[in-house]
Amino acid sequence: MTLLSVRDLSLSIGALPVLDRLSFDIRPGEVFGVVGESGSGKSMTALALMGLAPESARVSGEARFEGRPLIGLAERDICAIRGAGIGMIFQEPMSALDPVQTIGAQVAETLVIHGRMNRREALQAARARLDRVGLPAARFPLDLYPHELSGGQRQRVCIAMAIALRPRLLIADEPTTALDVTTQAQILDLLKSLVEDEGMALMLITHDLAVVSGIADRVAVMQRGRIIEAGPTGDVFRNMRHPYTRALFRASGHVPARSRRSAGQPILEVRDVHCSYGGGRRRLFGKATRIRAVRGVSFTLHKGENLGLVGESGCGKSTLSRAILGLEPLQGGEIRLFGRPVGPRMDARDRAALQVVFQDPYGSFNPRWKVARLVAEPFNLLPTRPRDWRTHVAEALESVGLKATDMDRYIHEFSGGQRQRIAIARALILRPELIVLDEAVSALDVSIRAQILDLLADLSDRLDLGYLFISHDLGVVRAITDRVLVMKDGEIVEQGPTEQLFTAPRHAYTRKLIAATPRLPEIPTRMMQDDN
Amino acid sequence: MRVPRTLIIGAALFGMFLAAALLSYLWTPFDVTALDIAARLRPPGAVHWFGTDHFGRDIFSMIMVGARTSIAVAIVAVAIGIGIGTPLGLAAAARHGGLLDEIVMRGNDLVFAFPSLVIAILITAVFGPSALNAIIAIGIFNIPVFARIARSGAVSLWTLDYILAARVAGKGRLRISIEHILPNIANLLIVQGTIQFSLGILAEAALSYVGLGAQPPTPSWGRMLADSQTMISFAPHMALFPGLAIVLAVLGLNLMGDGLRDLLDPHLRRWRQ
Repeated sequence: MTLLSVRDLSLSIGALPVLDRLSFDIRPGEVFGVVGESGSGKSMTALALMGLAPESARVSGEARFEGRPLIGLAERDICAIRGAGIGMIFQEPMSALDPVQTIGAQVAETLVIHGRMNRREALQAARARLDRVGLPAARFPLDLYPHELSGGQRQRVCIAMAIALRPRLLIADEPTTALDVTTQAQILDLLKSLVEDEGMALMLITHDLAVVSGIADRVAVMQRGRIIEAGPTGDVFRNMRHPYTRALFRASGHVPARSRRSAGQPILEVRDVHCSYGGGRRRLFGKATRIRAVRGVSFTLHKGENLGLVGESGCGKSTLSRAILGLEPLQGGEIRLFGRPVGPRMDARDRAALQVVFQDPYGSFNPRWKVARLVAEPFNLLPTRPRDWRTHVAEALESVGLKATDMDRYIHEFSGGQRQRIAIARALILRPELIVLDEAVSALDVSIRAQILDLLADLSDRLDLGYLFISHDLGVVRAITDRVLVMKDGEIVEQGPTEQLFTAPRHAYTRKLIAATPRLPEIPTRMMQDDN
Repeated sequence: MRVPRTLIIGAALFGMFLAAALLSYLWTPFDVTALDIAARLRPPGAVHWFGTDHFGRDIFSMIMVGARTSIAVAIVAVAIGIGIGTPLGLAAAARHGGLLDEIVMRGNDLVFAFPSLVIAILITAVFGPSALNAIIAIGIFNIPVFARIARSGAVSLWTLDYILAARVAGKGRLRISIEHILPNIANLLIVQGTIQFSLGILAEAALSYVGLGAQPPTPSWGRMLADSQTMISFAPHMALFPGLAIVLAVLGLNLMGDGLRDLLDPHLRRWRQ
């Protein structure tokens, strides 16, 4: 008996095929994982099943939910299935809830709309559902508003809404991607226990192989709108018949080749640094509240060293990185680069030794400028721009694996991975000593991420370049750094050589972080070798 | 990219008035200052296309010259708004949350708090009715509009990574505002500029209707309407044509603003796809 049976589901938008003859079954009470990189069509599959595909999309093929057809249903009929038969949760819990309605009202709304109960009963049921997802009445009354909750708590509210009517199938589209690792582990546990207790099936869409391998009974791997491999999770990961599955797997656990170097002399010294930033002003003439984001951080970064800084959102790592870049004043302590103080008034020559690559490849560039001008922007730090600046730009572009002719194109002509290469070229153009990589690979697909990590490792080796690698992703930090700092609530709770810290963490928080990180299954080494 | 139909229609309507205004410098069918009492209150016909007024002046020629007055007043008023408001808004955004931001925005609130036309009447009443004073009065009320638009656009840009990258490249707030922020909020300003332009024409018409705009003998649409008021029952054409001119010019500019918004606003563009 299958719960959801999909046969030859295709979807195209205009002349662009998005999904190509997908066929799969989901059985009652199982976790069905769908993995793939961005653009593989995994989210569009979910939207097509829910009747939420864009209006311009043409959908063909067949999908049956409990024997009844889903595709081509009238809006009214599909609405009866949405929520009641199939629930759905999305990636971004920050925008999935209505900010002006209480959480109780939002959970109850589903129950009222489907005509199951009146308002008072619905609120009682909402209470029970919120209790079930781990938001007990004592701390989370129904009249809370979304902004009073953290990201993980909001995702719990979304789950409560999705399971309010006890659907037989829950579709979760990247439900933990926007969350911290420890929160991610909790949400995955919750989803797993819901599947077990309520007999609900879960279709888990994700880009993260480790997440899928830990939770899914069966898995389908998608590439360019096709399911290229599917089967029981253990089986798929043991055999990996399709080369793309192998490539994806290798990229997920990719460790770039790096030469070990002895640390040079210290270049960046951070001593007992305190930073705070202004919160809102309560009244017109009131004093602005200040948030103490960094409290007494000290460390040293040596020449050519790749130093990792890990911590969850809100731990102060971004504030610290801005202080190190000399963008924000310090409230205490000092930061020195080559023995000279770092701050908003620092010398342009010192600034040139310190560059940065940001997370978002789409927000990192002025959309109106051509690549040459973008990459050359740091030349502003020199007294005059060198006459052969275009040669410098060409060299920088070539050193990150792009063509010199790319400099006359606009940034929108490049993919996310190429943009991140351009960002690295911009950081390299002045031959800095140290680059701050602020979640620089977090927004990239695994295969692109592996390429960028290789590039970073290669550049560091060739140019004896130091990195401050800021990330929430412990696997990546482990792969590319020599030493790691673990930050929590504005303080460094543990630091040490990378391997030592990961194999024998001393601080309880470090242990918790490492335990929460999803792990890829062990794979025979023959699988990990290159196909070519 | 498809050009929205509203933009084409709007531009055509406004272009018609602009052409008439420019042509009036070279040629009008009749001299607008020449009185011809014998030919007064003629209905529209072959000689006087839109008829004549109570002094026998040709209404068609007066509409042409009136377009000149309206457009000139609106252009300068919008220029005052953009020229002063935009730098204020950019400065406020560059110091977001700071004292300067507070001063600029509270100053804006202060100007917004007064009904603009009433204050414009006050200004022209105190300094004497003239086209120049009308321009200044309308221009002052454009300043906070553009300051607010510039600030809101700029504040969201200031949080983007490319602004941080520019700061890491050692650029100051002024340079970033000019190089990075201004070009990226230009479309907002252009759209708002078109809307304010139509409001400027309306305000000029209102001021000259109550006699506080351009003074006789300079023709203006507002005063032509005012003059027609007492003769509306036996010379309706005197009211019809200036009224129609105001309506069509304002309609054209608003359509243009809507069309430009569709064309330039990337958010809307994504929605329509």
